[in-house]
Amino acid sequence: MAIITSIKVFFGETGNIARFTGRFFSTGLKPRFEIRELLSQCYIIGYKSLPLIALTGFIMGLVLTMQLRPSLVDYGVESQLPVMVGIAIVREIGPVITALIFAGKIASSIGAELGSMKVTEQIDAMEVSGTNPFKYLVATRVLATTLMLPVLTVMGDAISLFGAYLGVNIKSVTSFKLFFTQVFHSLSFGDVSPAFLKTFFFGFAVGVIGCYKGYNSSKGTRGVGSSANSAVVLSSVLIFIIDLLAVQLTDLLGLN
Amino acid sequence: MKTEKHFITADEKTETPVIIIDHLYKKFGKNVVLKDFSLTVKKEENVVVLGKSGSGKSVLIKCIIGLLKPDSGRIEVFGKNTPELDHDELDKIRAKIGFLFQGNALYDSMTVRENLEFPLRRHWIDFSQKEVDALVIEALENVNLAHTVDMMPEELSGGMLKRVALARTMILKPDVILYDEPTTGLDPVTAREIDSLILKLQKKYHTSSIIITHDMNCVKNTADRVALLLDGKCYAQGKYEEFEQSADKNIKQFFE
Ligand SMILES: Nc1ncnc2c1ncn2[C@@H]1O[C@H](COP(=O)(O)OP(=O)(O)O)[C@@H](O)[C@H]1O
Ligand SMILES: [Mg+2]
Repeated sequence: MAIITSIKVFFGETGNIARFTGRFFSTGLKPRFEIRELLSQCYIIGYKSLPLIALTGFIMGLVLTMQLRPSLVDYGVESQLPVMVGIAIVREIGPVITALIFAGKIASSIGAELGSMKVTEQIDAMEVSGTNPFKYLVATRVLATTLMLPVLTVMGDAISLFGAYLGVNIKSVTSFKLFFTQVFHSLSFGDVSPAFLKTFFFGFAVGVIGCYKGYNSSKGTRGVGSSANSAVVLSSVLIFIIDLLAVQLTDLLGLN
Repeated sequence: MKTEKHFITADEKTETPVIIIDHLYKKFGKNVVLKDFSLTVKKEENVVVLGKSGSGKSVLIKCIIGLLKPDSGRIEVFGKNTPELDHDELDKIRAKIGFLFQGNALYDSMTVRENLEFPLRRHWIDFSQKEVDALVIEALENVNLAHTVDMMPEELSGGMLKRVALARTMILKPDVILYDEPTTGLDPVTAREIDSLILKLQKKYHTSSIIITHDMNCVKNTADRVALLLDGKCYAQGKYEEFEQSADKNIKQFFE
């Protein structure tokens, strides 16, 4: 019985999220736009996540390089190290790790913010003040996450590659120019564009789930806490699912 | 004498009421909150709705302002049946109704000024910045808090928050104000200050109001007429003195 209930809950929740997403496209994208709030959300969501993304990206690039080197040395292809890390970072690890860190930071804060606005009736107050809270709060945040995550990913990738460059230089000497020439020569349009495109979907997922969980928060401090928590969990899982779909799709389109 | 245990109101005016609530029903799932609730409010009259916690007082005024949709019954405000209005018409009516939330519902990410400006954002209202500033200051002066204009809500005490919320409620000079437990959670001295503010603003702007409470001091100070919400119905209504002298056990328990 418990299984049946959880299956019901699962499909109920999926339906609700789909409806919430539909509402974003039907009402959230209609004028009048809340430009000021959108810009301020872009600042909060994008700019303020940058230090965290930079730090994790840098460490990841460095560590990845150090971990990969012994295997490449075994095969006698140590000179391919920049190519290997370049492809790994740009195609997969950069976008996914950035998105996961982003989900941890942003989905939880949106979930908690909207959740506490919900339980303290601030959302109702907006409604009676003649401002559509879905447009003002949800549409702006979803757009901001969708637009900012790709930018953060590009920056994260660049910092990661810099970390990798330092990693390469720990045990051998490569010039900055040679390293990046090698990396960029090995990357084709088919490597970069799907990796970049999927980050829009990652960002969208983080925004929608964070807002959905917050907007439907139940009363009390525990309700707000659990919205924040489940927003992170669900958006992280969704990031992997979207990643899986993206790799299948690029495969089908022959972009690999 | 009307039906049930209605007291005769001493001077029943003949002019048309500002709010007419007629045979209102509202349930959540199996939880029937309002069943056959009726009440009218006349111009410049303060009607206090008395009821135990969880009796459906907040549900009642949320139905009036259109935050909740009743299952059946009419709610006429200024001659319009609010549950049937489309979004734009409803917003025009809402601009004439002030709603003071129980927990104030001040936007905690905004300054006092931005909080007060929020109801003025309506797209069909076209104030110049000068007019907006003047309205904000006038509203804050009404509650003696002009000096808090650039503060954040977190910097204010409970009583000040309530007064700022009242200022925001009053900023568009509404004809009707709905107060959700305006004195609950405040110390007695502050609570009496809020009572006298309610009376002062009512005299100044000639508003009609519904005040929800279970604070008998607040009832005594503010009520022109009292209505008791019990089991989803308007169980009794009359003057405060009539309630005070009543032998009905359902009424007496509020005076203990
Ligand atoms: N949005 C809602 N969904 C479900 N039940 C609700 C909702 N709002 C209020 N209720 C229920 O309606 C009843 C009355 O609530 P309320 O009007 O808040 O009481 P009070 O008289 O203390 O203001 C309570 O049993 C509450 O659980
Ligand atoms: Mg209540």
